[in-house]
Amino acid sequence: MFLKSRPIRFLFVYYAALLVWLSTTAMHIPDGYLSPLTCLIMFLIVLPFWVIGIRKIRETMNARSVPLIALLSAFSFVIMMFNFPIPGGTTAHAIGATIAAIILGPEAATIVVSIALIIQAFFFGDGGITALGANSFNMAVTVSYISYAIYQAFSKGQPLTSPRRLIGAALGGWTGVTAAAFFAGVEFGIQPLLFKSANGTPLYAPYPLPVSIPAMVIPHAILASVAEGLLAALVVAYLQRSNIAVLQAAEKPALLNEAGVLRKLRVPLIILAALIVATPLGLLAPGTAWGEWGTEQLASQGLSFIPAGLEKLSGLWGAPLAGYNLHALGNASLGYLLSAVLGIVVVTIVVWLFTMLITAGSKTRERKNS
Amino acid sequence: MENTSSVKRSSNRSDILEHTLHGITETLEQALFAEEISARKGLFQSLDARVKVISVLALLIGVALSHSLLVLLAIYFLALLFAWTSAIPAGLLIKRVWLALPFFTGLIALPALFITPGPAFLHLPLLGLVITQTGLTTAAFLLLRVSTSASLTLLLILTTPWNTVLSALGVLRVPDVFILILGMTYRYIYLLLHTANDMFLSRKSRMVGRMDTSENQKMLAAISATLLDKSLNLSSEVYLAMQSRGYRGAVVTLKPFRMQPQDWLWLFIFLGITTLAIILGR
Repeated sequence: MFLKSRPIRFLFVYYAALLVWLSTTAMHIPDGYLSPLTCLIMFLIVLPFWVIGIRKIRETMNARSVPLIALLSAFSFVIMMFNFPIPGGTTAHAIGATIAAIILGPEAATIVVSIALIIQAFFFGDGGITALGANSFNMAVTVSYISYAIYQAFSKGQPLTSPRRLIGAALGGWTGVTAAAFFAGVEFGIQPLLFKSANGTPLYAPYPLPVSIPAMVIPHAILASVAEGLLAALVVAYLQRSNIAVLQAAEKPALLNEAGVLRKLRVPLIILAALIVATPLGLLAPGTAWGEWGTEQLASQGLSFIPAGLEKLSGLWGAPLAGYNLHALGNASLGYLLSAVLGIVVVTIVVWLFTMLITAGSKTRERKNS
Repeated sequence: MENTSSVKRSSNRSDILEHTLHGITETLEQALFAEEISARKGLFQSLDARVKVISVLALLIGVALSHSLLVLLAIYFLALLFAWTSAIPAGLLIKRVWLALPFFTGLIALPALFITPGPAFLHLPLLGLVITQTGLTTAAFLLLRVSTSASLTLLLILTTPWNTVLSALGVLRVPDVFILILGMTYRYIYLLLHTANDMFLSRKSRMVGRMDTSENQKMLAAISATLLDKSLNLSSEVYLAMQSRGYRGAVVTLKPFRMQPQDWLWLFIFLGITTLAIILGR
């Protein structure tokens, strides 16, 4: 087939990237692009971040938090409507998550941006309702945490008026939105791998990872990410010049205790980093996920000698969920579904354990401080 | 989707002001228009908001689960039928869905026609490209799923006042505090949009020449930062106002809903349609 030739393939990747560039720089995923299972998993992934955010807000702001969160969510919504000019004569939309994270911290910023996204989905038809979990993860969680970590790394110990803070805000915003685009690309790209009809027709977003990731990342890296970074840096610069009190309030120990912000955010950041690294490794590989070869596949991959231990062990591990199908049930699709549900349960338990660890850690530290 | 169809080439740099102004005005107008439609007499307007929220969510899940193009098409026409019986202007739903969404989705789906591997369907003579059968089906799935979901969501948005949608979310076990925040956010979005609009207009009315990119950026950043400061100040004022009216952190909401026999009837009809769609669409 013509697709076998490399130049044409490259042309299509380029074309797809160009189209996405022209048509989307705000990455609101509509309904219909992601399979229901993906949507469910994204809700489960984003849930602990929502729990952390609400806990954080309760701890630090209590009754005041309701109007504060409402007003800042409204602010985030309005910011998303601004056409921000970027070098080169075009405009793009910023998300505003970086500014929210700098002012409120990433935990509360996640809630603020998520609420803006919920209102867009439910009252303005912007972004899908079933895709809310995915959209919140990409735009609220990813951008808030990554941009905040970078901003803090640059401004740690620096005076409020330091220009290093501007660099931190710009780099943070740029990296955060680019990472968010990467995640959106992964979410699109796994659809044709996992969800197709009997004859192989993709049922949801049609492009595989090698197309979807560059198509999302490249245009965002040169448009929306730039808008987000520039806007964040310019807002910080404006606050430095004419309203330093807002920046000062953000440095209050109530919001950020001196135990070290980066250390406190270590676990969520490690989870994010692990997700970034793990997804393409597991999914770019054709056929079986990387590192999950069965013994026959190891042989076919040029490994002529199968370690005796592995041969012995393969029977042991293959038994309960071989190939994600519970053969005992005699129904492949039901088995697949059950395996998926089991997988989700395991992932949720792990994430919950992480959440417990984080909250337990912060509580002991508080006790030490007081 | 309309207000985020983002990249706009501007030959004249001062257009940036106008684009933003235009976007803000359009959002305000749309909300007003939705309110007007929701006050009309029609099938969807007469239903309990809880029934509508649950039904639309169920139908969205049905659409997402369906593996059959025919089922998707049927639900799409059903949505159009409901729009017609709900006094939504015939063209509106089609226009808003097919002009905005699939324009964007269509562009994305287009290359899938050619690059999805599968048996050939049509050879394009001049370009040397082959449309595959699987590519065609894939593109159809994406377009139909997106436009059907968008039509259903619009049906809910256009026929239900936002405050009743919010109260209806309480039925879905969304915590009261969260609903309170959503409601306040919605209310203050309009205030902040008006404030932003005023700032843009006042800036524009004092402008003589053109601004270059960096001046534009600085102006937008200044407006954003001022808006941020205003929101922070306003939030403490709102808090004081709430406190002086007896707010102590607990939320009390009025739940004015009462299910009528016809609400139950339609709830069963919608859930029946969803079940049918899931079974037929497997």
